[in-house]
Amino acid sequence: MRLIPSKTSSSSSKHIALTRIRFGIIAIVVALIYYWSIQGMHFEGLQSTAGTVSRSILQGFLHPDWSFVYLAEGEDLLRGLLDTLIISILGTVVAAITCIPFAFWASSNMSRHLATSGSGKIILSIIRVFPEIIVAILFIKAVGPGSFAGVLALGIHSIGMLGKLYSETIESIDHGPEEALIASGANRLQVLRYAVLPQVIPQFLSYSLYRFEINIRSATTLGLVGAGGIGTPLIFALQVRNWNRVGIILLGIIFLVVMTDLISGWVRKRII
Amino acid sequence: MRAPLPTPSQPSPPVVDIQPPLRYKRYAGWILLILIIVMCSIQTKVTPYQLITGLPQMGQLLKEMFPPDWSYIPTIWAPMMETVQIAILGTTIGGIIAVPVALLCSYNIMPNRFIALPVRMILNLVRTIPDLLFAAIFVAVFGIGPFAGMLALVFFSFGIIAKLTFEAIEAIDPGPLEAMTAVGASRLQVIRFGVLPQALPYFMSYLLYTFEVNVRAASVLGLVGAGGIGLLLDRSLGLFRYDRACVIILLTLVIVLIIDYSSTWIRRKLL
Repeated sequence: MRLIPSKTSSSSSKHIALTRIRFGIIAIVVALIYYWSIQGMHFEGLQSTAGTVSRSILQGFLHPDWSFVYLAEGEDLLRGLLDTLIISILGTVVAAITCIPFAFWASSNMSRHLATSGSGKIILSIIRVFPEIIVAILFIKAVGPGSFAGVLALGIHSIGMLGKLYSETIESIDHGPEEALIASGANRLQVLRYAVLPQVIPQFLSYSLYRFEINIRSATTLGLVGAGGIGTPLIFALQVRNWNRVGIILLGIIFLVVMTDLISGWVRKRII
Repeated sequence: MRAPLPTPSQPSPPVVDIQPPLRYKRYAGWILLILIIVMCSIQTKVTPYQLITGLPQMGQLLKEMFPPDWSYIPTIWAPMMETVQIAILGTTIGGIIAVPVALLCSYNIMPNRFIALPVRMILNLVRTIPDLLFAAIFVAVFGIGPFAGMLALVFFSFGIIAKLTFEAIEAIDPGPLEAMTAVGASRLQVIRFGVLPQALPYFMSYLLYTFEVNVRAASVLGLVGAGGIGLLLDRSLGLFRYDRACVIILLTLVIVLIIDYSSTWIRRKLL
């Protein structure tokens, strides 16, 4: 704390004292927060069956149920993973298209009034706050369980983040081409088509792919509430404590996530 | 939030044929994309028509949500606070475990790649497993309740914080480290006086960021029985009490927004 030991003026020692007081207050507040949190965490002790359950979980993960990878009658791992992949592709596409008007709405350089872009930004952040699982539950109630609810949930939830990233891209474009076009008499639509879009499309695609990587991870759990994909067989396997099956599904999820990350990362590198 | 896995550098494929004009290539890309979308919607039978027919149902649901049942707030206050407590403890414990692991897999602290590389692979694996899955497994072991949810968030935050922190450690200024090594400081002294002061603000910032993510995650952990507000949400939806579900969602929204804004404010002060 003693950064300036040579200066023994009263102001520096006062400064040190102030820093110490502030540090002390922060420490007390943090300690209180933790005290409060631990109060709420009532640990009932291990279940009497915890030992055997852990052992069977470990057994299940070490011996995954390979027969589940492909079943003739359907509802197997491969189809579940394919569903998950499709849900996240469609969800990302829905969001990538729907968020464009939101993005232009929220960009401060696209409207004259600050209130316009400000309200757009607020709407986007409200959309971002809802966890996709909650959105999925609402859509299941509206359109019934299945992949469609999953697609809608990811589509709506992703608008929040994609809209924000898109609008930041729009705000950072080079205004040279735009001004040149306006000067030569282009209308607003032409400016949009020939000056704005060529600059933002590669970045839009890259962000959409990034969101796709996130959506793959979310889509694996959407099935836990009934919105299609690999989560549906997963929750069944968890409910009946079929750990061998949970093990193979977990392997499948890891495989899918790693593969899509590799491919999407490669494509992203080529786009920009 | 969930950062993409670092991709190993790919060997560039050898160019065999003459490059077609860029325009055709771009069109081919768009057509491929549209084909994929069409194939996807055929496979899952998801069509825009369905969307249009589903919209009135969505409107009906929203209509049933209002007016919200405000008298439900005292009932949901305790579970809501439990959600925050789960997030606080899960993030903190995960963050504490993440520190030694992040040090282990930073190349500038641990030049031995035989240790760093496997640790990084384990980190990548941990990050592919969704938080709800962790929660479901821990509920099976530790029983229904907030403790299982906290453990799930410990693993979840550990994956995020360790990755972000080791990247921050690798980006620190090597000058002080070299100076200390030159005057004979031990590895531990280098970490304490060279790495820690530089990396701590970043670590705290990542901790807060993960906390924001975890509050959202904790609000749905209850769906698999891991404590917090999610259980009540599931129950109200199951009983078709949409007015209560609406209160839960709105309260979650308010709490998350408050935490987001205060955490962002603290983060800006830290960095």
